[in-house]
Amino acid sequence: MRFWATIRLAIRALRRNKLRSILTMLGIIIGVGSVIAAVSITTGATKQVEDKVASLGQNVITVFSGNFTSGAMRGGWGSAPTLTVDDSDAIAQLPNVAAVSPEERDRDQVLANGLNWNTLILGESPDYTQIRNWNMASGAMFSDQDVRSIAKVAVLGQTVVDQLFPGENPVGQTIRVRDIPFKIVGVLEPKGFNLFGQDQDDTVIIPYTSHMKRVDYRTFVNSIQVEAATAKSISTVQQEINSLLAGRHRSIEPDFTVRTQLELAQAMTATSKVMSVLLAAIASVSLIVGGIGIMNIMLVSVTERTREIGIRMAVGARARDILIQFLVEAVTLSAFGGLIGIALGMIASQIVSSATGWPTLTPFVWIGIASVSSAVVGIISGFYPAWKASQLDPIDALRYE
Amino acid sequence: MPTNAVIELAEVHKTYHTGEVDVHAVRGVSLQIFPGEFVAVMGSSGSGKSTLMNMIGCLDRPTQGKYLLDGTDVSKLNRDELADIRNQKIGFIFQGFNLLARTSALENTELPMLYTRQRLHHGERHERALRALEMVGLAKRADHHPNQLSGGQQQRVAIARSLVNQPALLLADEPTGNLDSQTSIEIMGVFQKLNDAGITIVMVTHELDIARYTKRTVILRDGKIVSDEAVKDRSIAEKELKQLREAQQAVQLA
Repeated sequence: MRFWATIRLAIRALRRNKLRSILTMLGIIIGVGSVIAAVSITTGATKQVEDKVASLGQNVITVFSGNFTSGAMRGGWGSAPTLTVDDSDAIAQLPNVAAVSPEERDRDQVLANGLNWNTLILGESPDYTQIRNWNMASGAMFSDQDVRSIAKVAVLGQTVVDQLFPGENPVGQTIRVRDIPFKIVGVLEPKGFNLFGQDQDDTVIIPYTSHMKRVDYRTFVNSIQVEAATAKSISTVQQEINSLLAGRHRSIEPDFTVRTQLELAQAMTATSKVMSVLLAAIASVSLIVGGIGIMNIMLVSVTERTREIGIRMAVGARARDILIQFLVEAVTLSAFGGLIGIALGMIASQIVSSATGWPTLTPFVWIGIASVSSAVVGIISGFYPAWKASQLDPIDALRYE
Repeated sequence: MPTNAVIELAEVHKTYHTGEVDVHAVRGVSLQIFPGEFVAVMGSSGSGKSTLMNMIGCLDRPTQGKYLLDGTDVSKLNRDELADIRNQKIGFIFQGFNLLARTSALENTELPMLYTRQRLHHGERHERALRALEMVGLAKRADHHPNQLSGGQQQRVAIARSLVNQPALLLADEPTGNLDSQTSIEIMGVFQKLNDAGITIVMVTHELDIARYTKRTVILRDGKIVSDEAVKDRSIAEKELKQLREAQQAVQLA
């Protein structure tokens, strides 16, 4: 029998028992639908997290100085006076390093416009905006010349602008950090909260030399931000920084740590892997349940249609013709269920998205997985009933009442 | 001995093994049926006529003996080969009509063509099924479902279905068993017309007056043929029907 004729036959047989067919499909519909909805929502969330990771800047490597222990008190990462600007310059000489910025960080009260605000004062090099992939909203980043001349210039984050210069363009005005006036040369574009819930725009950036000589009077830096030339070179650069600094510091215990975004990304993918495994488990359980429903109904259908099977065999249907007929019926049932499930799942995730504002995304891979697995469920659960039908004896089948 | 017989049974036996007792349903039947014959197989229940019909219809295989159908030895074929033989060489007509419910007369008639090895075009299937329905006088009801047709009409659809693959043999199992007497005569009229056109028909029946419409009667008892003779004083369905109508008219006039 021809393929399309068989499909038409199956659809007609299923339409004869519309309610029964729909109820049978419901198992697959609910299973596939919930999986597609869940996948859409988690993929949307993962995508959002990935975007946040990317907002930290691409191919970023951070070198922290080690822990400073004074008596019994341990200061935590970044407290040891071990990293220097010379270290930073040495790292800049390494191959595959695109940009370097020694970093000083300190929280301080800033004043301007008759208002004050406590914010994070960062000392950086002009490379910092490139490393963090951060554009200017107005004005410009300070220059290497400003770093060399220990200039009193500052670049503001959007939050600081909102707090101290509401409704104004602060470029050209003055902000006071520890009573020292800094000329505002630029404003950064808003970047929003980072992964850890910190407002990245709540910051004032000044040249690291100015930070070290005019604000904090320090000779070491808290950390060094490095950008690798390519994503592939991140781990090589990380190793090179490790051996470079180990050589320079000659300490027995490593007094610094080198962290990359790769680690963060790996942690993120580990989370989404757990999520996918969980989803796959739910999906397989609901597909098994749906499959049992289909097998049950197909067995009933074979019994009900014993006489039909007998007639078909009498007029020349081979065992294989009968097998295929019932198998196609089961697969049609499950495949239709799968397609309806995919559609409903996508609609459901859209509803969730518009109700809660969560971004959702239905990956094509999962649409493929859902269609293939529902068809496979149809084949598996339809095979036994179909085989049973094909093995009927035509004489007995014709006599069946 | 001519070898162009449609059916040639030689010492055919069929034994069922049920538990400890062997049931010899057919014990040594030899029978030849030639093209154009119209044979009634008669016998009481348990005489082995159903078993014999199943074997002639290639639904079952003899345990012993040889069966040539249209020159092919079918006694050693497997299930699939038997299915193909049924499809190509035999048209079945059953007592209970055995049409597919909720399926139009036309599609019921097309059914055997769905299982032919050489694939037929949709249009060709359609056309052949319509021609077969025309032969039994039901072309106008091609789109009716079985539940919209009378018993006699359903049996005509079944006959059309049996004819559609141009088989060597029509095999009818109590074809009038579920019909009233007038409709029975009408169905026998269809068979006689087909037989006149050269189609070989073998029919199982236990009604003597139905058997009188055939040309030859074979009687079975205890799995053996006890009588095989030509029908004398054959009934002609057309004549009988005419008499019946006249009788009915006479009743109405009186």
